[in-house]
Amino acid sequence: MNSLIITSLEQGLIFAVLAMGVTITYKILDIADLSVEGTFPLGAFVFAKFAMAGFSPITSSLLAFGYGSLAGLVTALLFVKLKIRPLLAGILTMTMLYSFNLRLNGKANIPLFSLNSLFSDISALVLMVAVVIGIKLLLDAFLKTEIGYLLITTGDNEALVRSLGENSNKYKIIGLMLANGLVALSGSLMAQYQGFVDITMGASIIVVALASIIIGETVSKSSSFLSITTRAIIGAVSYKLIGGIAIDLGMSPTDLRAISAIIVIVFISYNNFSSPFIKSIKKQGGKARVKSKKPLEEL
Amino acid sequence: MLKVRNLWKSFNSDTDFQIDVFEGFNLEIEKNTCTAIIGPNGCGKSTLLNLVSGSLPVDKGKIILNNEDITSLPEEKRALKLGRVHQSPSMGVSPSLTILENLSLANKKGETFSLRGLVKKKNLEMFIQMLQDLDLGLEDKLHTQVKYLSGGQRQSLSLIMAAMKHPDLLLLDEHTAALDPKTSHVVMEKTRELLQKHHITTMMVSHHMGDALKYSQRIIMLDKGKIILDKPSADVSENELLDIYKAKLAERIIA
Repeated sequence: MNSLIITSLEQGLIFAVLAMGVTITYKILDIADLSVEGTFPLGAFVFAKFAMAGFSPITSSLLAFGYGSLAGLVTALLFVKLKIRPLLAGILTMTMLYSFNLRLNGKANIPLFSLNSLFSDISALVLMVAVVIGIKLLLDAFLKTEIGYLLITTGDNEALVRSLGENSNKYKIIGLMLANGLVALSGSLMAQYQGFVDITMGASIIVVALASIIIGETVSKSSSFLSITTRAIIGAVSYKLIGGIAIDLGMSPTDLRAISAIIVIVFISYNNFSSPFIKSIKKQGGKARVKSKKPLEEL
Repeated sequence: MLKVRNLWKSFNSDTDFQIDVFEGFNLEIEKNTCTAIIGPNGCGKSTLLNLVSGSLPVDKGKIILNNEDITSLPEEKRALKLGRVHQSPSMGVSPSLTILENLSLANKKGETFSLRGLVKKKNLEMFIQMLQDLDLGLEDKLHTQVKYLSGGQRQSLSLIMAAMKHPDLLLLDEHTAALDPKTSHVVMEKTRELLQKHHITTMMVSHHMGDALKYSQRIIMLDKGKIILDKPSADVSENELLDIYKAKLAERIIA
């Protein structure tokens, strides 16, 4: 049981990097970016490529981030310049990445056990805690900068960004690049952690990310002081812990994906159905207030 | 100040549903005045604002602001010279950011956005003063997310954000139409104070004859893309406007 919790924690922290990336597109920019299904394995394949060529694990991981950002740039350009809808743009990038990933090393799966990894000399848990906290602090600081605020405003109200004299497309590009960079980094960490790279490792990863984000929002709903990055981390770790415990209790690991999808369906539909109800109560209050005002002089 | 020269604009061009809104439209707006543009639905008043702001491209013609031809400038470049308050209270603000963050963004307009922190303590006093001038108690809600404000509060905030850097021309696009009459009155009064204080040239589109007359120095009525009335506001009565308006509406119904 203890080792299961530690494994879940370690994997949860790796997925926290993924969830923080997807938070940028899904929560901040309000884009469902499916290219992450390709950039997650891309990070792993890029790591394998450079690690096997003798680059250090740190350099190889950073290169994974760089390649991921470039993939994000492709999606952004399809979307911003060629006016392809974001959902389709993501699917197209993901599809191109499938071929690209296979071509990168000429193989669909590669064992990495014999290579050095970031986890070779240090406990995975300690390293991942440090990596996740580091990325969280950097992202939080970035979102407090002038550019960071414009990124948030681009998702919130594009018209305002343009009225400030700025091209909102620039911020969509920055957001998608940053998000996919983080997703690829998460993929490279996962490859190093599990000791192999596989072409299927990105399949339905978007659902894992969304489930993490949604759990993170719900778990800490009562506190409005938690940043979205903290929520993503809490969500990803809880998701993995819940999954780990479920498997430990006898659930088949192959069922986990369906469970993730169901988690997403339940939480999103819960929010969709509960909010109009809450809104209708608020609205009634509003109407009563307006009614009590003096009749319209104009009419 | 603003010159609109030989402006042409149609929608659904080259289809059976082509609508020609402007066919050689001309207009000139003088500095430091508030010009109200009124007219029935579909007369072209919102289209005119969109063409001036660059939200819509012109088919033909020129838009000249302070002797500079801005016709080919993209919307975000024109925005550096313009301010705009929309009809919807959520269009002029970033709802998930706080009042302080929204004001800080507006204060950066026209400057380079970098990786420095946005919210700066040194601007705090200036922002509080602006909010106190509004007299809506917003100075106590600096850290409240704008989505929790009422429509009138949000619209007042949009107004001071749009006017903060003293634009060459302020466009008010029926900016009180979505508010209840009492709030609408408050926002119009705040608008007048702000315009007078900073001498901001304004083009105000309105559906409300009374407001249009009361708050402008010049009134222009459009119908089918043409100016059918252009007078100093002081020389027109509301009844006169209503009579023309009714006649135009009747014409439409008969047509």
